Amino acid sequence: MGYDSIVCVKQVPDTSNITGEAMKADGTVNRAALPAVFNPDDLHALEAALQVRDRFGGSVTVLTMGPPAACEVLRECLYRGADRVIILSDRRAAASDTLATSYILSQAVRKLARYDLVFCGRQAIDGDTAQVGPQLAEKLGISQVTYYEQLVDLSGRTIRVRRNVGNGWEIVEGRLPMLLTVLDTANEARPAAAKRVMRYKRARAPMELGAELAKAMPDAAPGQKEAEQARRLEPLKAKGLCIEQWDLDDIDADLQWCGVTGSPTKVHRVQSIVLTKEGFTAIAPTEEGIRGMIRDLIVDHTLG
Amino acid sequence: MANFFTDNDDIQFLFNHLDLAEIAAAQEDDFTQPEGRDYAPVDAADAIDNYKRILSIIGDVAANLIAPRAEQIDHEGNTLNEDGTVTLNPLVRRNLDDLAKADLMGFTLPRKFGGLNCPSLIYTMATEIVSRADTSLMNLFGLQGIAETINAFADDPIRNEYLPRFSTGELTGAMVLTEPDAGSDLQAVGMRAWQDDDGQWRLTGVKRFITNGCGEILLTLARSEPEIKDGRGLSLFLAERSPRIRVRHLEEKLGIHGSPTCELVYDDAPAKLIGERQRGLVPYVMSLMNGARVGIAAQSLGVAEAAFRVARRYAYTRKQFGVSIERLPAVAEMVTEMKIHIEAARTLTYETSRVCDLEYNNLRVLELNPPKDAAVLKKRKDRSRALKRLNGMLTPMSKYYSSEMCVKVASDAIQVLGGSGYMKDYPSERYLRDARITTIYEGTSQLQIVAAVRGVCSGAFEKRIDELEQANYTDELLGTLKAKLIEARQLVFKAIVFVKEKGVEYTDLQGRRLVDSAIAILVGHLFLSQAMKNDHKKAITRHFIETRLPEIHANVERILSGDRSALDEYAMLAGPLPTV
Repeated sequence: MGYDSIVCVKQVPDTSNITGEAMKADGTVNRAALPAVFNPDDLHALEAALQVRDRFGGSVTVLTMGPPAACEVLRECLYRGADRVIILSDRRAAASDTLATSYILSQAVRKLARYDLVFCGRQAIDGDTAQVGPQLAEKLGISQVTYYEQLVDLSGRTIRVRRNVGNGWEIVEGRLPMLLTVLDTANEARPAAAKRVMRYKRARAPMELGAELAKAMPDAAPGQKEAEQARRLEPLKAKGLCIEQWDLDDIDADLQWCGVTGSPTKVHRVQSIVLTKEGFTAIAPTEEGIRGMIRDLIVDHTLG
Repeated sequence: MANFFTDNDDIQFLFNHLDLAEIAAAQEDDFTQPEGRDYAPVDAADAIDNYKRILSIIGDVAANLIAPRAEQIDHEGNTLNEDGTVTLNPLVRRNLDDLAKADLMGFTLPRKFGGLNCPSLIYTMATEIVSRADTSLMNLFGLQGIAETINAFADDPIRNEYLPRFSTGELTGAMVLTEPDAGSDLQAVGMRAWQDDDGQWRLTGVKRFITNGCGEILLTLARSEPEIKDGRGLSLFLAERSPRIRVRHLEEKLGIHGSPTCELVYDDAPAKLIGERQRGLVPYVMSLMNGARVGIAAQSLGVAEAAFRVARRYAYTRKQFGVSIERLPAVAEMVTEMKIHIEAARTLTYETSRVCDLEYNNLRVLELNPPKDAAVLKKRKDRSRALKRLNGMLTPMSKYYSSEMCVKVASDAIQVLGGSGYMKDYPSERYLRDARITTIYEGTSQLQIVAAVRGVCSGAFEKRIDELEQANYTDELLGTLKAKLIEARQLVFKAIVFVKEKGVEYTDLQGRRLVDSAIAILVGHLFLSQAMKNDHKKAITRHFIETRLPEIHANVERILSGDRSALDEYAMLAGPLPTV
């Protein structure tokens, strides 16, 4: 018994400490200038899935789509207790917008076949669209509950959850399988577990080994690197330390729905707003001072 | 994300500066451990990487989970129930659960018991990080010495039964030593240990001021030999919580409200003997206490760090007379003194932990795998004795210096904040209340000085300073500073010779001045070895040595005066006898 969950996570540029180089001249995110982190909401999605497993049994499988570096968030998931992790990586998936991304993820989830719950973070801090989760549910043809905050009840194939509706909450009931998008108020994400960290810090996806070898053996003869990679993969596989890696062919993706061709989103305009003011402003604790502050806030559109 | 390990430049510095490879190799038997656990390190770099990752986890848990709960825990405390049990504050419970989930409750235990097998140096760093988040939680996190004591002295059935459950966090323990009439003087412990008709050990009596006395495993010191009145009549027992052990009273304390301090009544409670009879106080409890004292030094560092950060920030942002108050000379001096003393105490405490690790692992080899070659064996044994002596001095020095430091830093932090610091709006007043206990429990400062002064006067200090003086500094400033330390050492030796002639009583009277001077010279040398690495450390080193030198002169002058008026004219100076 128990419930099998799939969690979709994303590695994102850390937008919490923005510097001047965070944006390129064309207004897109300069990923190289920002450290890559685990998308905060996704940590809560993972925690929600782990709690279901800890309480009812079952399994937690984590899926991410991204370049080889995204394996770092998968290792983070292993540190926290995920049973299985998979990276979806393919150059042909580059520049996918939310529509293409949700299509690719839906193909991956279909390949996994057996699942009861899909958890996504509410939104990612790089795009802030909150679209991938809902679109994924639509493509899978399963019901969805957004803004998940609490599991009220789960028995048989019926789930009841509390969702936050902004100015209050509502409790909704539905049938499994179901997709949930999780708020950061849903739970406190558990810390990484030290023993799992020491064990899984060695986990690698084949393409990571490939990248390491490309650096270590720049002058290797044809086939030599591949042989070395296979040799290194064996012990990792034996110890359960090989991160599964899928490309678009593995999930039978139709290429016209992937990457640039599958992405109808067009960016209309991007404004580069660089905050230059530093430190703090002293406001006199008087009627006059407060009135002045409110006036300033209205003038710069912070209020109103 | 906030992290109390990665945001602390000085801990990071020491992590990189100290020879962790040597410690790791000793801890892991040169990486030949046959246990085959899949998380065992394969070499020194791997072990150090693990240490860093473990500290990052604890830095994360401390900053993001524990610290935000501290204020409410301080406000609410724990609850004593009518049936003699204690309900921990739900937030304390969650703190313990989070630490357990992160695998941090078997920090130093061997892997075969589910532990992380970390050296005590790394545990000390972790303890400091936890204490910075919630000083009172350190009292529970820092009780891992109980499992260590079981590991070191109990037999296999007891170790196998309990240690894995300590590692998972299922069990927490208490060291149950103090009684109403046996505080600093543990030789006076009177709790009765006796065997019933079935040979089952039972404990009867009252214990007081027991940190986490409501825990599941109570390591209890009791008198198994009623005819022997001193410490040789005491044995150490493991008692599990049961209805026969009741919490009669939960103390209301000045600070560390999250830490339940219990008065316990044992009503013929069943217990298991740890190790051998009559060895309860020496060596078992003494060994436990030594570890616990380093733990309190680390706790002191944590609360001092927390207090300093609030003060530093306030001094920067608060404007008076048209400037940040840190521009005012008196405030600038307070803030810099706080920082220097924190770094000095940290350097001394980490050095102590490092020596603890070397001593412990050397002993382990001698016990489990003694070298066959007689010459090698002798060398190991000599080293073991030397390390024990050095540790016997460093441990009380660290406990004394760090705890006194944190009380001063926490008090000065309030001073920097002024009226705001005295109010509950800032955590500064909590830090001072939490800090205040550190100079008292696990042996008062006065007792630490008595212990440390023996090392200072009996050659351990001299030997270590001889070693440290071997270091050569090409940098002109550092060379000059080293020469000044050598000069100061001559002064201190004059004082040592003087007190030795005057006898034990005079030595104890002047103990604080002797120990303060010795610490200044010792830390001065340790700082010199760090000063090459960066400008901050160089500035700290110069300031520390230059400002301590006049204090050493003043101390030595006092000592050489031979003044014993506090003893000889006590009645005159202390005034009329109190009515009792």
